[in-house]
Amino acid sequence: MSEDHGHDHAEIGPEDEHPGLQWDVSLSERAKRSLAMHELLIEKGVVTNEEVETASNNLRRRTPADGAKVVAKAWADPEFKQRLLDDAREAVYELGYSLAHDAELSVVENTKDVHHVVVCTLCSCYPSSLLGPPPDWYKSFAYRQRTVIEPRSVMREFGLELSQDIQVRVVDSSADQRYLVLPERPAGTDGLTEEQLADLVTRDSMIGVTNPLSPEGAPIS
Amino acid sequence: MNTKFSPGQVVRVRPDAHDGHHRTPWFIKGKMGRIHSVAGEFFNPESRAYGGDGLPKQLLYAVEFEQRDVWATEYRGPDSDTLVVDIYEHWLVKAN
Amino acid sequence: MPGVHDRGGWPTDEMIDRSDHIWMDWEYKTHALVGALRFRELMNTDELRRGIEAIPSEDYEASSYYERWSRSLETILTEKGVLSTQEIDTKVKELEGRWESDS
Repeated sequence: MSEDHGHDHAEIGPEDEHPGLQWDVSLSERAKRSLAMHELLIEKGVVTNEEVETASNNLRRRTPADGAKVVAKAWADPEFKQRLLDDAREAVYELGYSLAHDAELSVVENTKDVHHVVVCTLCSCYPSSLLGPPPDWYKSFAYRQRTVIEPRSVMREFGLELSQDIQVRVVDSSADQRYLVLPERPAGTDGLTEEQLADLVTRDSMIGVTNPLSPEGAPIS
Repeated sequence: MNTKFSPGQVVRVRPDAHDGHHRTPWFIKGKMGRIHSVAGEFFNPESRAYGGDGLPKQLLYAVEFEQRDVWATEYRGPDSDTLVVDIYEHWLVKAN
Repeated sequence: MPGVHDRGGWPTDEMIDRSDHIWMDWEYKTHALVGALRFRELMNTDELRRGIEAIPSEDYEASSYYERWSRSLETILTEKGVLSTQEIDTKVKELEGRWESDS
């Protein structure tokens, strides 16, 4: 890996304002090979620049606010909630969300008796069609290794301590089914609109490592 | 869908070491669990990973295991805690 | 012995690092390339995963997430004859030359 810090880096090129200079020579070998493959594949017409741009935009199209909308609607509308639990693909489509290629979506409901937490031990499978890309920690070795064997200790790190009376159900999304946690609706939220409810739904509560926010704004622990 | 197993049924995961790509995590192999739900039919990753078309589609099940059965004393939590893993039909056998 | 990717339950004392790194341009491009190849049906997710799982253990553990994707992409594309290692080597040198002369 080249560590040549002795020379000045290129001035920021054109309109490309992506963080992380495209042509920084201190990039790792693998990073350079990725950029090389990118240029080669477009040169050879294997893919077009537009196709790559589209895929790049798709990666960032969704954010946790999208998942929060789905959860808020499920909290506000019991019939939608049932449809969501029965056939998540169809239900989220009602809100304009379609799932990636051959994956399916399963929504698992947290209740006063059961708390779910989702992991992918084998790689990084995640409901990105609803939440956007997974956080780095979800893809980390520590999370992948620990969550299946010590979920309560992992959740404790995130500030969530669950009573021994609550069953913790870890879900390892080991195949092509993606899982989204439907957190329990916080107490004291009866008067809230769907938009206000959505503001309580954090990304981490839809993975299951935390609970959603209370109306006062603190995560429910 | 012609499912071999139904929700509630007790099954065991094959203990096989599989040379090549497969989606059955090591810690669940040989373990006994209960079918939680039928996830549906999916392309077979074991052939698709090598350029095959992944047909015929395989049935996938969400199988629920007791943490105590998976990790024995290494699991530090209540006996009611469980672990759900999605497993393909050909990795499961009926348990008695 | 489980594959290096098959990590559930592996012992560790590591705490979960909750910081988010800034995405580099090359990482977006790597992810997007796989997406475009999938769209063109030239590559599928199972092949990507298989390519990642084939990375030697030490390298798997020393690589970042998208470095693993990059390795897998190269494995799969060269296997399919879409690109050759030599072509990629040559292009890397060309890019390095271009970057050098820009500064």
